[in-house]
Amino acid sequence: MNIAVLQFPGTNCEYDTKYAFEKLGCKVTIVWHKDSSIPQDTDLVVIPGGFSYGDYLRSGAIARFANVMESVQTYAAKGGKVLGICNGFQILLEAGLLPGAMKRNNTLHFISKFKHLKVVNNDNIFLSKLKKDQVVNIPVAHFDGNYFIEEEGLKELEENNQILLRYCDENGNVESLNGSVSHIAGICNKEKNVFGLMPHPERAMEDILGCSDGEAMLRGFLK
Amino acid sequence: MKAIVNVALKKGVLDDQGKATHHALDTLGFKDIVKDVRIGKQIIMELNALNEQEAKQEVTKMCEKLLANTVIEDYQIEIIG
Repeated sequence: MNIAVLQFPGTNCEYDTKYAFEKLGCKVTIVWHKDSSIPQDTDLVVIPGGFSYGDYLRSGAIARFANVMESVQTYAAKGGKVLGICNGFQILLEAGLLPGAMKRNNTLHFISKFKHLKVVNNDNIFLSKLKKDQVVNIPVAHFDGNYFIEEEGLKELEENNQILLRYCDENGNVESLNGSVSHIAGICNKEKNVFGLMPHPERAMEDILGCSDGEAMLRGFLK
Repeated sequence: MKAIVNVALKKGVLDDQGKATHHALDTLGFKDIVKDVRIGKQIIMELNALNEQEAKQEVTKMCEKLLANTVIEDYQIEIIG
């Protein structure tokens, strides 16, 4: 399985992401934002976490116009799988590949800690290795993770099973982390080939890091 | 020619920064005066000579494309000749 991990100025999770997927046996290529295309045999594009272009103006707003994003748009339109983690999620929203927008956390703090998540839907490639309602423990690290979508859009997300993850406590009771609408931590598009989530599964790959719940999550992609 | 663009969260979108600032102003003794606080950002641009109408058109395009996220933000443009 060939994975392309995008790299913008300010990206800081590209090597963690590379390590995580290599651990699962994938071949990972890091693709610079100025490149005009992604490798032809790519099975999955990952937009990793970080602070693309310093998060100036808005998180993800400038990265969306990077050279490489045009080929990501085409790739996604043809059904190619795209995963956005944290800043990658923000970029996917700004690019219109996923609906909604990110606001500053309602706590007005940068939140960096392990957080329990509830699997809301697993009828997709992303979470296919996890059970519905399963609780996983994955770290979050973000300032702008307060997901917003208007009521009508939220209804659509619910109807199409596009909400994949919600923040919850260790018993699976959903709870607020950052003010996110409906406690949303991750969503996918209607076609279910584009996924975005604020938590960092690539940081939860080994017990020595605190938890290895990220492994099952990322393994879902390996088909 | 100069363009001043003000970008802020739309009315229906909860502005947590504005809310926190409002609360701080309340505790500082401005409770009776302040009705609401909204926080936005201002983008000031020097433009190459254009007529005012053209400047407004171009800056509107910039707002729609990059400067504002119209899912959650409104923008206002002021052109100063």
